[in-house]
Amino acid sequence: MMLPASLDEAVAALAAMPAAVPVAGGTDLMAAVNAGLLRPAGLVSLGRINEIRGWQYQEDGHALLGAGLTHARMGRPDFAALMPALAAAARAAGPPQIRNAGTLGGNIAGAAPTGDTLPVLAALEAALVVVGPDGSREIPVSYLLAGREMLRPGELIGFVRVPLLHAPQVFLKATGRTGPGRAVASVGLVLDPARRGVRIAVGAVAPMPLRPLDAEQWVASLIDWDGERQLAPEALEAFGDYVAAACVPDQGEPVAPGVLHLRRTVAVLARRALGRALTS
Amino acid sequence: MSGQDAATATSTTTVTFTTTTAAGGAAGTPGAAPGPGAEQAAPAVPRGIGASVPAADARAKTEGTFPYAADLWAEGLLWAAVLRSPHAHARILSVDTSAAERMPGVRAVVTHADVPGATTHGRRIADRPVFAHDVVRHHGEPIAAVAADHPDTARLAAAAITVEYELLEAVTDPEQAFAAPPLHPDGNLIRHIPLRYGDPEATGEVVVEGLYRIGRQDPAPIGAEAGLAVPRPDGGVEIYTASTDPHLDRDLAAACFGLEPDRVRIVVTGVPGATADREDAAFQLPLGLLALRTGCPVKLAATREESFLGHTHRHPTLLRYRHHADAEGRLVKVEAQILMDAGAYADSSAESLAAAVAFACGPYVVPHAFVEGWAVRTNNPPSGHVRGEGAMQVCAAYEGQMDKLAAALGMDGAELRLRNVLATGDLLPTGQTVTCPAPVAELLRAVRDSELPPLPKDTPEEEWLLPGGPEGAGEPGAVRRGVGYGVGMVHMLGAEGTDEVSTATVKVVDGAATVICAAVDTGQGFATLARQIVQEVLGVEEVATAPVDTDQPPAGPAAHGRHTWVSGGAVERAAKMVRTQLLQPMAHKLGMSTELLQVKDGRITSYDGAFSTTVAEAMAGKELWATAQCRPHPTEPLDGDGQGDAFVGLAFCAIRAVVDVDIELGTVRVVELAVAQDVGCVLNPRQLEARIEAGVTQGVGAALTENLRSVGGLVRHPDLTGYALPTSLDAPTVRIVKLVEERDVVAPFGAKAASAVPVVTTPAAVASAVRAATGRPVNRLPIRPSAAVAAANS
Repeated sequence: MMLPASLDEAVAALAAMPAAVPVAGGTDLMAAVNAGLLRPAGLVSLGRINEIRGWQYQEDGHALLGAGLTHARMGRPDFAALMPALAAAARAAGPPQIRNAGTLGGNIAGAAPTGDTLPVLAALEAALVVVGPDGSREIPVSYLLAGREMLRPGELIGFVRVPLLHAPQVFLKATGRTGPGRAVASVGLVLDPARRGVRIAVGAVAPMPLRPLDAEQWVASLIDWDGERQLAPEALEAFGDYVAAACVPDQGEPVAPGVLHLRRTVAVLARRALGRALTS
Repeated sequence: MSGQDAATATSTTTVTFTTTTAAGGAAGTPGAAPGPGAEQAAPAVPRGIGASVPAADARAKTEGTFPYAADLWAEGLLWAAVLRSPHAHARILSVDTSAAERMPGVRAVVTHADVPGATTHGRRIADRPVFAHDVVRHHGEPIAAVAADHPDTARLAAAAITVEYELLEAVTDPEQAFAAPPLHPDGNLIRHIPLRYGDPEATGEVVVEGLYRIGRQDPAPIGAEAGLAVPRPDGGVEIYTASTDPHLDRDLAAACFGLEPDRVRIVVTGVPGATADREDAAFQLPLGLLALRTGCPVKLAATREESFLGHTHRHPTLLRYRHHADAEGRLVKVEAQILMDAGAYADSSAESLAAAVAFACGPYVVPHAFVEGWAVRTNNPPSGHVRGEGAMQVCAAYEGQMDKLAAALGMDGAELRLRNVLATGDLLPTGQTVTCPAPVAELLRAVRDSELPPLPKDTPEEEWLLPGGPEGAGEPGAVRRGVGYGVGMVHMLGAEGTDEVSTATVKVVDGAATVICAAVDTGQGFATLARQIVQEVLGVEEVATAPVDTDQPPAGPAAHGRHTWVSGGAVERAAKMVRTQLLQPMAHKLGMSTELLQVKDGRITSYDGAFSTTVAEAMAGKELWATAQCRPHPTEPLDGDGQGDAFVGLAFCAIRAVVDVDIELGTVRVVELAVAQDVGCVLNPRQLEARIEAGVTQGVGAALTENLRSVGGLVRHPDLTGYALPTSLDAPTVRIVKLVEERDVVAPFGAKAASAVPVVTTPAAVASAVRAATGRPVNRLPIRPSAAVAAANS
C-alpha cells in the first residue's frame, strides 16, 4: 500500500509499480477483495491527496471537482446550490457509510451502469482531467463511459470539469424500495438557458448513460426561454414517452412485460424531472 | 457478566432502561453509564415473569465483543474451503483432487470417498449426500472440501479440484416435477396430502377464484454460517457452531463420521440471527471430517455467497383457490391446490406442507374444504424450515381470496372476515377442534377500530417520506393510500405426532441459580425467559444460563415457539422442585405443608405471616439441584383425508396495513402496520414487542423485496445487494394495538410463542393494502413495482 500525498506522486507510484491498483473510497474495490475476486499486487491510496479532495471555481464558468470528493461532501448545501443534480445524485448514492467513503472519481472509474452520478455528468457534458506519466489531458466523460476513450496504463482521473449553468437541474432515481438501493432507472436533467438547451441522460438502463438527443432538441424548441418556461402537461408526457422510447428500445415482439415496465418507469422519471426543472 | 452490569446500570430510570433494550445497546448514552451509585439500585432491577428483563448478553453483542463462531480461534488451526457445484443438475463423471493435494499448505482434501459412516443425511429424511458423487442436484451442492494452513490456500485448492460434469436438464418448474424423470432415488414427490372435509357437492352463491405465487424468501442471517471443529484425544470431535438443534446436528454428524454420538460434541456458540434452521450441514460435516483426518482444529467462516447457496429457504409456492360463499358473505366451501417447491432434498418439506394444507382456509369457519397439497423435488435451491413456513404462503392466498370475495359482494373486507372468523370450539378443516383461546374476532376488531395514521398534510412537503424514499422520485400527486387487512394463524410445536420434549436442570448454590438446558437462544429470548422463570419461582435475583452443548440432555430444535413452551415448562418444573427442596425443611419445622409458604420479592413468608425469612438466608450454604422434563399432550399424523388432531397449539394475529403507492412507478411504502396478537400471557413486554417488530419486518421483506431469484436453478445475485432486506427506511411504524392475554391452560404460564405469526400475516396485509390502493389483483409475492402500477383515475 502506497500513500502518495500529491497527484504527481501517485502517478509516479503507479509508474513504479504498474500492477498496483489505485484505491480511493474502496466501496467497490474492497468488496471485491473481501469476496476473494481480486488480489491486487499493491494498492496506491488516493485518500491523502488533498488537491483532489476539494473543488474550486474556474474563471471560464466551470467548477473543477477533485476526483476524491466524497458523495457526502457533494451532497452538502454549498455544493447543491451550484450543481443541484450532482448533489442530489450523491445524496441518493447509498447509505451514509457508503456516501462517506465513496468518491466521484471512483463512481466514474467503476463505471457501473447504476452509478448515480454518471447520468448527471453525462447531462452536464462534464469533462475529465486525466493525469498520467505523459502529463494531463481532457476527455469528455461520455467518451470514457462509452469506451471511445480509455484510461491509459498509469493514468488517473484527477478532476472533473463541470459547467456551471445557473439553472434548475434534477436527478431522479427509481429503486423499487424506500431504503437506499441500486437504481432500476435514473435520470439527470439540466437546463442550459445560455444555449437554450435541455439535456437529459438516462442511467441504469444500458451499460452507460444514454442521451436521447432528438427528444432534447424537440422539447427545447417548445420552451419559451425568455418567458415563463412552462410546458403543458401533455408536452411533458410526450417528452417522457419520447425519452423512454429512445432509451428503452423494443426487443422483438411482443414486448416483454419487464421492458414495458422499464419504459414506463423511464417515461415517468423524465416527465417528472422536466416538470420539476421547469417549475423550480 | 457485563450484561448484568448493564441491567443494573440502566435500571435507575425506567425510560433509560426501555431504550436500552429497544435499541439493544444504549450502553453508550450518558444516562446509562455505569457508576457506583447505579450499582446500588438493585431493587429496581426488573425480574420475574411479566417484567422487561433485558438479555444478559445484549451489551456484549451490541458492543461487538461477543465471541461468535466466526471469531473463534485455536492453536494451530487450519482453514477449510468447500467446493460447491456451479450447476443445478449434472452428472459427475470424475473428481480429480491431485492438483489440490499437491499444493503447498494443503493438509487434506476430502470427497464422498472419505466419508466413513453414513453417506447421506437430512434433518428429517436422510436423502442428502454429504458430498455429491454421482449427480449434483442443486447449485451450491458440496462436492469436496479442503483444509489448508491459510484461508486463501484452501480456497485456491478447492478451485483446483477438477470435476468433470455431464450437464443434465434442470427441473426448475415444480409443475414439471411430476412428469420429469426422478431427480433422486426417492422420487420427485416428497409428500402429497389430500384434505377432504365436508360435502364435495356444496356450492355457494358467490364464487371467486385466484392463482397466487409466493417467492423464495431467504432467512439471510446477518451472521453467516461459521464453525470450528476440534479433534478430541479420544478420537472424537467437537464442533463449535451456531446450531439451533445441536442434538440433531450431533446425531447427523456422528452417523456420517461413523462414531458413537457421545464422541461428537456440538458446542453452541452465540447465534448471530436465526429465523430458520441453522447451521448448514454442507460445511459442518466437512469441517468435522477434516478435523478428524488432519488431527488439527479446522475452521470455516462462510462468505455471503456460500451462505445464500448453502442454507435452506422458504418454499416457493404456487396456490390455486376457489372460494364459495353465500350472499351474506359466509364461507361455504374452499377448494385449493397447493404446490410447494422443496428444492433438491426433502428436509422439513413434509411438515411445511402439512401446515400449508391444514391452514389453507385460514382462521375462518369453513363447513366444506377440499385441499390438495404437494411438495415436489426440483433442481432449485433447497427449501426448509423458515419460521411461519407453509402458514405464510397460504395466508397470502386465502386473504387474497377474502379481498376478492369482499369485492364480489360489495362488502368491506374487515366485515367479511368478521362474519367468518374462527373461535374456540370451532373445527379446523382437519377435523381438529380448536381448544386453545382463538380470539380472532377481538383481534380483527382491535385493528379495524384503531385510529388510522394521519396524512402528512400538516408537515412541509419536503419532509414527507414518499414511496421511493428520501431523494427518491416520489411525487405526491401520484401517491395513493391503501388500507388492507390480514388475519393469520400458525401452529406451535412440532406437529403430527412429533415427540415434543425438553429437559432442564436448575441448580442453586448459595443463592445464585443456574439453568442448564440445551435450548438454544436464537434471538427468541429463551435465555432471558429461563432466568425470569427461576426468578419468579425461587425469588432469587441472580440467575445465569449455562452455555449449551450436547453433553446436556436434548431440548430439541429452536423452532415453532417450542422453547417458550416445552423448555420453559421444563425450567419451571425444575425450579419448582428446587423450591420444594428448599421449603420442605422449613415447612416441616413449622408443621405446615410447603404450599402454605409463599416466595415473593426475595422473601419466604408463611400464609399467616407468622414466619418470614429471606430467600438468601434460607439458601445460604446449600446446593440444590433438580432436573425436570416437559412433554405436552401428544398429536397424531394427518390421515389419508388430511384429518387428525395434528397440532398442540395455535396462535393468531390480525394486522391492518396502511401503504402509500406511487401508482406511476409502482413503488410501495408501508406507512404503518397495526398489530393485534393472541399471546396468551405477556412474559416479557419489551422482548415481546421486539419479537413482533422483528416478525413484522421480516414479513415486509417477504411482501416487497425479498426473493432469492434463480434462473435455470442457478441462484442470481447471492449477495445482500441483489437480495434486498428491509432497511430502517423500508420498515414501517409497527403499532401494537392489542395483546390479547387469554391464557392457554395447557401451556406453561398460559403463554403463546409470538415470533412466527406476525411473519405469516404481514405479507397478506400489505398485499391487501396495495390492492386497495391500486385496484390491481396483487397475487404475487414479493409485490413487484410493475404489479402496483395503476391508472390515475382508478
